Amino acid sequence: MHGLVNRAIQRFVTDCYGEAQWLAAVERADIGLTEFEAMLTYEDELTEQVLAAVSDVLDRPYEELLEDIGTYLVSHPNVEALRRLLRFSGVDFTDFLHSLDDLPDRARLAVSDLELPRIELKQHGAGFYRLSVQSRVPGAGHLFTGVLRAMADDYGALVFLEHQGNTNGSEVVAVSLLETEFAEGRGFDLGARAG
Amino acid sequence: MSEADTFGRMLDVLCPMHLILDQDGIIINAGPTTQKLFPEAPLAGQVFLDVFEIRRPRQITEFHDLADMAGNRLHVMYRTDPPRELKGILVPGPSKGQVTLNLSFGISVVEAVQEYELTARDFAVTDLTVEMLYLVEAKSAAMEASRQLNKRLQSAREEAEEQAVTDVLTGLKNRRAMDIDLARALAVREDVALMHIDLDYFKDVNDTLGHAAGDHVLQEVARVMREETRSTDTIARVGGDEFVVLMRSVRDELVPVHVAGRIIEKLMVPIMFEGQPCRVSASIGTVLSSEYARPSADQMLRDADEALYHSKHEGRGRHTLYSELSALSAVEAESGTG
Repeated sequence: MHGLVNRAIQRFVTDCYGEAQWLAAVERADIGLTEFEAMLTYEDELTEQVLAAVSDVLDRPYEELLEDIGTYLVSHPNVEALRRLLRFSGVDFTDFLHSLDDLPDRARLAVSDLELPRIELKQHGAGFYRLSVQSRVPGAGHLFTGVLRAMADDYGALVFLEHQGNTNGSEVVAVSLLETEFAEGRGFDLGARAG
Repeated sequence: MSEADTFGRMLDVLCPMHLILDQDGIIINAGPTTQKLFPEAPLAGQVFLDVFEIRRPRQITEFHDLADMAGNRLHVMYRTDPPRELKGILVPGPSKGQVTLNLSFGISVVEAVQEYELTARDFAVTDLTVEMLYLVEAKSAAMEASRQLNKRLQSAREEAEEQAVTDVLTGLKNRRAMDIDLARALAVREDVALMHIDLDYFKDVNDTLGHAAGDHVLQEVARVMREETRSTDTIARVGGDEFVVLMRSVRDELVPVHVAGRIIEKLMVPIMFEGQPCRVSASIGTVLSSEYARPSADQMLRDADEALYHSKHEGRGRHTLYSELSALSAVEAESGTG
């Protein structure tokens, strides 16, 4: 798994729970390192071991943990750069949803060896969508549930999200878009760079 | 709705940074993004050449010259502070005598979006500007992450070099390692001999045959020293052509004298490099820890150095024991006073 993904897990734990919890988690995972480099690649097993250890150390169920990570990635000020890159994908939440299929390609444009889960969005009627997520690490559907929840907030849209389990090796997330302009949302200024 | 109005509305969507001018050069329609550059007053109704200036392909001051520019790539300045340059293209129409001008920021778009607080809605859906801005930002973020990684690797490398105990060229230990070994031996009151070796004529080899020859000589000298010492001894390269040998469990001068003699003898034979003989010799000074009541590393290194200096002074290619030197100066002192 790409270092950026592993690094994101590390930052989530240190930003939300503190350095000590992170160190406890890597020790528990027994992976022989305490820090991930964003620009290196690691074995997939490492990611799974770390996630399992974090889940144990924080005493959070694995699925909830992944959803929290997803939310963190979009809403925490320390990872503002990522929120901005996601906001480039669409002018409103509907637009954003429809651009999700392109997400892995967008990611590869920025970092050529970054492989994101394969995502497919299908519309099943007005404001109702199903998102299939196919990933090498289990639980990616929960992670995207967190991402979508936070992005909906960001755009000021009102959505109902539900992880519907696995179908043919993909995790399915149901998205009900109740209102596109429910709240103010956060602004997005094209020119403002995240620090 | 008139045909001209319909056309204007189409352009607002398809190319929101456009202007339509009438037959007198007055702006009759400005796209929403064009208007955003002039927040003070509506552009419609103003004389185009009062607000804008055509710089290339040539300076244009009269409106009838502008109409001839159809199909050309235009450089358009507009009078702000500082003045900004836009790219543009002009086509006749929609009505007879009118012209339509489509504008773009070109590469300065990155600054322009900041200055005018533009959003994705200010660009046509088919315009790749937003994708370009995404790429600029994504690449900068990736670049920054790489830069951070390089910085960490660099300092890890420096740290590793600092902690290194080996001389890369010869594979011998370095001064740091020698200092550590000597300090350890003295700490446990082990009897040791410290041999300071300096190559004679090494500079000549470097100067006449080049650094590659010099490097080869150093490697050969290292090989000789390894052959002539025991595996428990520490051999270190402590300077360009300076070496120190720490011999363990040495109570008298017999072993060091023998070893020094063998090294000097072996180095008498010229070392061949690419068919050229490189002639060096070794000057050596040795000191034994058993000569001191309380041996210290600094003192021993200084005394070995003094013995070495004596070897150099006496004509090079020889070995001096510090004990002989001190006996000699004692005799001299005696004859001086007597």
